[in-house]
Amino acid sequence: MNANGKKADPTALVRVEGVEKVFHRGSEDIHVLSRLDLTVATGEFVALMGPSGSGKSTLLNLIGGLDRPTTGSVSIGDDRIDALSDRQLAVWRARHVGFVFQLYNLLPVLTAERNVELPLLLTHLTKAERRRHVETALAMVGLTHRAKHYPRTLSGGEQQRVGIARGIVTDPTLLLCDEPTGDLDRKSGDEILNLLQALNREQGKTIIMVTHDPHASARASRTVHLYKGQLASEPTP
Amino acid sequence: MKFAHLIWGNLTRRKLRTSLTLLSIVVAFVLFGLLCAVRQALEGGVKMAGVDRLIVRHRVSLIQLLPESYKARIERIPGIELAMHQTWFGGVYQDPKNFFPQAPVVPEEFLTMKPELVLSAEHRQAWLTTRTGAIVGRSTADRFNWKIGDKVPIQSPLWGRRTWDFDLVGIYDGREAGTDTRGMFFRYDYFDESRQEGQGKGLIGWYTIRVKDPARAAEIARRVDEEFENSAAETKTEPEGAFVQGFARQIGNIGFIVGGILVAVFFTLLLVTGSTMAQAVRERLGELGVLKAIGFTNGQVLTLVLAESCLLAVLGGGLGLSIACLVTSRGDPTGGLLPLFYLRNQDLALGGSLSLALGLLTGIFPAWQAMRLRVAEALRRL
Ligand SMILES: Nc1ncnc2c1ncn2[C@@H]1O[C@H](COP(=O)(O)OP(=O)(O)OP(=O)(O)O)[C@@H](O)[C@H]1O
Ligand SMILES: [Mg+2]
Repeated sequence: MNANGKKADPTALVRVEGVEKVFHRGSEDIHVLSRLDLTVATGEFVALMGPSGSGKSTLLNLIGGLDRPTTGSVSIGDDRIDALSDRQLAVWRARHVGFVFQLYNLLPVLTAERNVELPLLLTHLTKAERRRHVETALAMVGLTHRAKHYPRTLSGGEQQRVGIARGIVTDPTLLLCDEPTGDLDRKSGDEILNLLQALNREQGKTIIMVTHDPHASARASRTVHLYKGQLASEPTP
Repeated sequence: MKFAHLIWGNLTRRKLRTSLTLLSIVVAFVLFGLLCAVRQALEGGVKMAGVDRLIVRHRVSLIQLLPESYKARIERIPGIELAMHQTWFGGVYQDPKNFFPQAPVVPEEFLTMKPELVLSAEHRQAWLTTRTGAIVGRSTADRFNWKIGDKVPIQSPLWGRRTWDFDLVGIYDGREAGTDTRGMFFRYDYFDESRQEGQGKGLIGWYTIRVKDPARAAEIARRVDEEFENSAAETKTEPEGAFVQGFARQIGNIGFIVGGILVAVFFTLLLVTGSTMAQAVRERLGELGVLKAIGFTNGQVLTLVLAESCLLAVLGGGLGLSIACLVTSRGDPTGGLLPLFYLRNQDLALGGSLSLALGLLTGIFPAWQAMRLRVAEALRRL
């Protein structure tokens, strides 16, 4: 921790320092995060827990460069992402982060493989190279045989696996998952968790996962709890 | 373009809605094409008129005749190179719906006056030596499948209830694409001798004169009218263009009507397509948020939406203009009233630009909205 000016951990991949996030709704100020610090090392699998409305998604968005803190800094590797412009952030996200959402958020008009290909469209890869990457990603989530299927013809678990394939196809620095099993039954959820765990252990992917489910957080290498805008390593009542 | 399948997928997401919008665009552009062709048919003649030609007609109206003897007096006026006369024959071939213009003329004068009509030397010679000879333009010859040597019977209610038989001795072409090649012309000497007393022997319809210097046309027109002031048949002289326009004017201010209809149609189209696009973007704000999360820049999202609206508009416009082309390529739908009925390339180009403008105009607002969308907020909508 270096909220008090201590030297930053050089092995840290994610450094969130003294972050505050205030939303304005009408004349009302909503203080969601206050003076929050978080460090995640390369190769960690961190579970982020906390009551509904505690600001888990907000924090994940800050780390993923989808939003900027009101005060404080967010650094990923060598990049101070809170200081980047919208455009720079978009380019940074394309290169460094993969997102996995609770409701999968696949584009309904594209087949599974086309959905997985989407992030690759922002790279300079040729069509053949893109195809190879997509095949690899789909194989990793075990959905090669569903490549040509549209999302609506896939089960929730399968859709989420496509979502993960899309999240990792560019081999991002960081994989951010917001309640990836929140909408799945236990069995499909377990498959997803197995997959994430394998990605972390075998590929060394750094993963931050928001979850409500202790069963899910048990798979992580570390669990942090968000409560009243602050983090704690142990659950706070 | 590697985003093509994404744009296409989004466009075809709501098939019924897209089809209906597309249909309205197609219909509007077919209408646009046809109206352009109609306007061209009605006004095109004005532009084809010679700048150095004047028309001398009876002051009271077009249907009043002038003495043939005026010709010599007109030609004596300084600045006039040549004068010739024509008379409205108003005949039909076999059936009243087979209308096309015919006029008795003096061959040598006529051919000198109308360099835009191309007649071979051989046909010209045949016409000069055949008293009952007639020449006809390519479009009419093709229409009735006439060939040189045919005997062509024409009925005219104006000149005695009888059938006039002409020998087809020549077929002329137009020097340019827009030249009117409907007309049939036959010899005035044959016409005048064959008319009965009381059918205006010695009278003709109007004179066409050519001035040496087009810049002096107005002044010469005044001189001609002064020449016949206070005579039994006073004249009105005007440029050929104005004369043709006078014909068109009888139908109304075509340009204005066509313009008015098109403005109304395109305004409606703007609303229809605009609301389709607005809806299309509103219902997928979440997806646009996902694209941004993945790393699409605001500019790329803007382009995706604009490309979609432009594709829709250009597809509809292209289809509509193609149909209009197909319809107009079959030529005059009235069988003779609108000889210049065709879609000009410049009107096609205008239609193409209009469809692109439609795409940009209807896409820009939703695209702007998509661009401004904050990604974190868009994701919360899911
Ligand atoms: N754009 C926004 N404008 C206003 N308030 C917001 C905005 N985003 C989040 N909030 C508020 O911030 C708080 C935290 O929201 P957040 O979505 O981060 O919670 P969460 O921990 O992810 O909750 P859940 O477990 O339900 O997903 C909530 O009170 C929410 O209403
Ligand atoms: Mg949340």
